[in-house]
Amino acid sequence: MIHFVVHDEGDSVGVVVVEGVKSGQKLNGWIMDQDKDIAIDAKSDIPIGHKLAIKALKSGDTVIKYGVDIGKTIADIAVGEHTHVQNLRTKRW
Amino acid sequence: MDLTKSTFWGYKRENGRVGVRNHVIVLPVDDLSNAAAEAVANNIKGTLAIPHPYGRLQFGADLDLHFHTLIGTGSNPNVAAVIVICIEDGWAKKVADAIAATGKPVAYFGIEQHGDHDTILRASKKAKEFVQWASELRREERALKDLWVSTKCGESDTTSGCGANPTVGNAFDKLYGHGVTLAFGETTELTGGEHLVAARCRTPEVKKKFQFMFDRYQGIVEAHKTSDLRDSQPTKGNIEGGLTTIEEKALGNIQKIGRKCMIDGVLDKHETPTGPGLWFIDSSSAAAEMVTLCAAAGYTVHLFPTGQGNVIGNPILPVIKLCANPRTVRTMAEHVDVDVSGLLRKEMNPDQAGDALLECMFRTANGRLTAAEALGHREFVLTRLYESA
Repeated sequence: MIHFVVHDEGDSVGVVVVEGVKSGQKLNGWIMDQDKDIAIDAKSDIPIGHKLAIKALKSGDTVIKYGVDIGKTIADIAVGEHTHVQNLRTKRW
Repeated sequence: MDLTKSTFWGYKRENGRVGVRNHVIVLPVDDLSNAAAEAVANNIKGTLAIPHPYGRLQFGADLDLHFHTLIGTGSNPNVAAVIVICIEDGWAKKVADAIAATGKPVAYFGIEQHGDHDTILRASKKAKEFVQWASELRREERALKDLWVSTKCGESDTTSGCGANPTVGNAFDKLYGHGVTLAFGETTELTGGEHLVAARCRTPEVKKKFQFMFDRYQGIVEAHKTSDLRDSQPTKGNIEGGLTTIEEKALGNIQKIGRKCMIDGVLDKHETPTGPGLWFIDSSSAAAEMVTLCAAAGYTVHLFPTGQGNVIGNPILPVIKLCANPRTVRTMAEHVDVDVSGLLRKEMNPDQAGDALLECMFRTANGRLTAAEALGHREFVLTRLYESA
């Protein structure tokens, strides 16, 4: 069962594609562009469609998704942690 | 899917364009004419009134855009005939004459010196004639290139970027080589990915015009914003669905133009395509506003990928909804035409998803009502540029 997908193996984050992911759960991920598998433990409850970090991030780091810069962190984020408006912000506005 | 010999069944209009619907519309030029327009549509079954709140004391480019949108809507090949109603005869004639240049039947009626009752009577007589005439028109077999296909995503979430939007991209890549006229837009929604879009422009002129449109819209955001646009762009719905930043939303958005399409031209909001290929239309990212502009530009079928579940339609442009979010296809099933959630379970690949979308596009072109049409979603939203005088 695929719990989360990643666009490109260089990305910092993946997207949860099933409902009910709970902290501590072992998750199977699919890296779409390279068609590879990856496994990560969830460190938070993560709603469907939301992101989890697949690489450890420090506050102020650039987050990569689709191989491209999608914003900067405003807090440290551990692998498997929920990554969203509470810790990730736009660089544009 | 091999599209080389593909055809669809459409209505050939007087000007050579081909429509996939056969609407007779009652088009108010201004808000004062809505009541009369709705009364005519109630009298004559099979006509469709398109009420709206604007058309008074607009000026300059805002007024030009108003006229373009009304005239373009009436001129769209999905429309067989038009009744135009206005508070006075001058602008009624202006809109009617412009639509009549396509060769289709148009009649106009001003309310001043007549009153609603007499206007409704005169317009209903003509509307009846039009609708009975239109009911005898027949579809004929047409080449794929006679179809104009637009796209816009709405209520996007992260499954849009992973699933639904790349499905449109796959379909667009397949359509592009066959002389189809395509469109995408949503100018601010490219923020963070605008360099990727610029790189797809076919010529330096096209790239320059795109950059101009993009920078102009950024200027409007900068001039009026009071925050980093959180809750507006991305919207609350986007954020609830997992999209965090405009850059992330932009990358998901751009998946809709696939990998092979070049951008052949750029249109300002009031402009119409002049040839086949992929056109960028400067437009709001608000769903109904953008789809209304696509219809006014002459597009006849619309592919609308959604994540959280956008429900809009358009009075004359059939809007096909596709979705890759398993929760949305379950909880909002009545709104979804093509379920591509299998992409995220590895049950289908992008090529199969693209083919499923194209199959629905052909069925829609040939007459199948979209979910939005069956549900009565007819959002007609005029884009405004600034206050009326």
